[in-house]
Amino acid sequence: MGNFIVTPSPHITSNHKTSTIMRDVIIALMPALVAAVVVFGIRALVVTAVCVASCVLFEYLIRRVMKRDATISDLSAVVTGILLAYNLPVTIPLWIAVIGSFIAIVVVKQMFGGIGQNFANPALTARIVLFASFAVHMTTWANPFDIDTISSATPLLDIEHADTMALFLGNVPGCLGETSALALLLGGIYLVLRRVISPVIPLTYLGTVFVLSWLLGSDPVNQLFAGGLMLGAIFMATDYATTPITTKGKFIFALGCGLMTIAIRLYGSYPEGVSFSILFMNLLTPLIDRVTKAKAFGTQKKKKGAEE
Amino acid sequence: MAIIKSRRSLKGVHVPHHKNTEHCESVLFRDVGEVVIPMQQHMGAPCQPTVKAGDLVKLGDKIGDSQEFFSAPIHASCSGTVVRVEDFWTVTGAQTKAVVIKNDGEYTVSESVKKPFISDKEDFIHAVRESGLVGLGGAGFPVHVKLAYKNPERIDTLVINAAECEPYITADFRECMENTDAVLAGIRAVKKYLNIKSVYFGIEANKPEALKLLDEKTESDPDFHVVQLKQLYPQGAEKSIIYAAAGIVVKDGKLPADCGVIVMNVSSVGFIGNYLETGMPLVSKRITVDGDCVNRPQNLVVPIGTPIRCVLEYCDGDLGCKKLLMGGPMMGTPVNSVDTPVIKNNNAILAFSHNDILGKQTTACIRCGKCVSVCPMNLMPTMLEKAYDRKDAEALNALHINLCINCGCCSYTCPAKRQLAQKNQLAKTFARKSAVKS
Repeated sequence: MGNFIVTPSPHITSNHKTSTIMRDVIIALMPALVAAVVVFGIRALVVTAVCVASCVLFEYLIRRVMKRDATISDLSAVVTGILLAYNLPVTIPLWIAVIGSFIAIVVVKQMFGGIGQNFANPALTARIVLFASFAVHMTTWANPFDIDTISSATPLLDIEHADTMALFLGNVPGCLGETSALALLLGGIYLVLRRVISPVIPLTYLGTVFVLSWLLGSDPVNQLFAGGLMLGAIFMATDYATTPITTKGKFIFALGCGLMTIAIRLYGSYPEGVSFSILFMNLLTPLIDRVTKAKAFGTQKKKKGAEE
Repeated sequence: MAIIKSRRSLKGVHVPHHKNTEHCESVLFRDVGEVVIPMQQHMGAPCQPTVKAGDLVKLGDKIGDSQEFFSAPIHASCSGTVVRVEDFWTVTGAQTKAVVIKNDGEYTVSESVKKPFISDKEDFIHAVRESGLVGLGGAGFPVHVKLAYKNPERIDTLVINAAECEPYITADFRECMENTDAVLAGIRAVKKYLNIKSVYFGIEANKPEALKLLDEKTESDPDFHVVQLKQLYPQGAEKSIIYAAAGIVVKDGKLPADCGVIVMNVSSVGFIGNYLETGMPLVSKRITVDGDCVNRPQNLVVPIGTPIRCVLEYCDGDLGCKKLLMGGPMMGTPVNSVDTPVIKNNNAILAFSHNDILGKQTTACIRCGKCVSVCPMNLMPTMLEKAYDRKDAEALNALHINLCINCGCCSYTCPAKRQLAQKNQLAKTFARKSAVKS
């Protein structure tokens, strides 16, 4: 008979690929890298490079060991590496950074099935594991522009007297990629414009933190710009694999993140609560997904107990 | 009345338009030696051939019919001699018969072709059945069945589908531009005999000329509403256009007619308009011939049963193309042979030198949710795929697999290049079979 290719419809597809999405995320993370290098010097670049290289290497090796297809070309390991680096102080010993990459890629991501299957955000979980294991290294904050001197504390400990402009631009002590709210916001706007992320999660998360800290008598603007909130709200709480699919689910997820963050920041024993709150909500994501299924067109919600 | 700009829309995807042929006036193509007319060109019961090898037929002679109500008769699309009645496999895999007619090139019109006499609704529905009309938008649903709804008094709205949201195809647009008066005559007939109150014309915003022309022609009639739809695929899907043009939600498990509305394709009503005037049954079809393997893309009016080979040769097409489609690239049917004939519900022949789907590697689902955010039926293709993979019929039904219209938006948009629409089709069959078993 014929010699034509026969496949099911549709016969065309969009130009989106997993790797193009990851490439957009990498582009969106670049302003923060520039800010980190300006504020903390060239070592910020070194830490980031080590994290990216080790993440990609671990991803390659573990897929070989597990006899699975190579997935490093989807660039997701690069994203994880950058995000992990952004969650580390610039003074971190490089071997600790490599351990972090191992935890993120091998334990959190690949052990649970690889991209799309992990239930917790790899970079965040790695940060928390490192934080629990190497508390001193992980909480040694270098002063901006002079990383050989050690700062007394993060601005979160004295949020009322922090300099808002410094927080916005990023010349404050902190993890290397989280300090510049401006650079992170630029990246976030890029991701929304490119339709990589929906603005629901960042806006809800930031809005909840703003309103709650204002109601509870804290400085709402400084709360937004300080600590890891911008990095978390824009890049970590929008991770596809570990957040709900529907808009309603995303809203609940981000609301929970905001509540937890404020609770930990204002009443907890840790100064920062972004990582813990996102991780906690990651664990609730399958449950949120269950109760926020999309309502199909023209259907009505079944009343409880009406059938079955 | 001014053009209504619809702000309502179900979800969808932005596909490239490629409406290269929109200004190509239709050309009457008749240079075909032998036509192959399949006895199944519609949904429902296949027809039985009423002619045999050696018979002489004229243009418009009935050559196939069925006793079943859910069927539509088939007519000779040229005059000449029946060469043979052969076994035939339709592009969807069904086996049926086909009548092969050697064209004498005269196109002598049969004596049976005369203006139908219509006095009431029964006459009208009978005439529509005799015309062999099936839905020309693509589904091939026999039109008289749609018109013979059991509670006709409930239907008060007619939506004319001229959205033409598929890339490349411009056949319906040309129908609006070239056959405007017959289109309006067809609509007025349907309106009269079915006692319809309002008519909504749904046209995508990328066809401003059609919008303007129809608006001018219907200005004096308050029952006509020309609605400009957003440019979004699949605006022409039945439930989408009913919602976008008339604001009516067709509930799960209901027919549009249950909700007081019927949808007809603009080419279908255009045909009715012509048929009521001349009595010539459905023997030819306007098709768009395009694709990167076609050097002279254009709109042709071809006799039903013309092999694609003749059409492609006429348009300077490359017969060595890789993919050949009947219909648009989103929902069209691929064919495996250039000898496949054009049938009633064809609206395009597209020939491509490459295959956009094969060669793109399928990777793991990253849960981005893009499939959910584009599904016009608001389904969750990613969860449907997982439910099908674990063969969970209960979950498939809870996720309303039956509502999938196979528009292909999920597959189109998926960054992991997963064949979600294909899985949905498999899942639908699976869920139905499981329901029968239990």
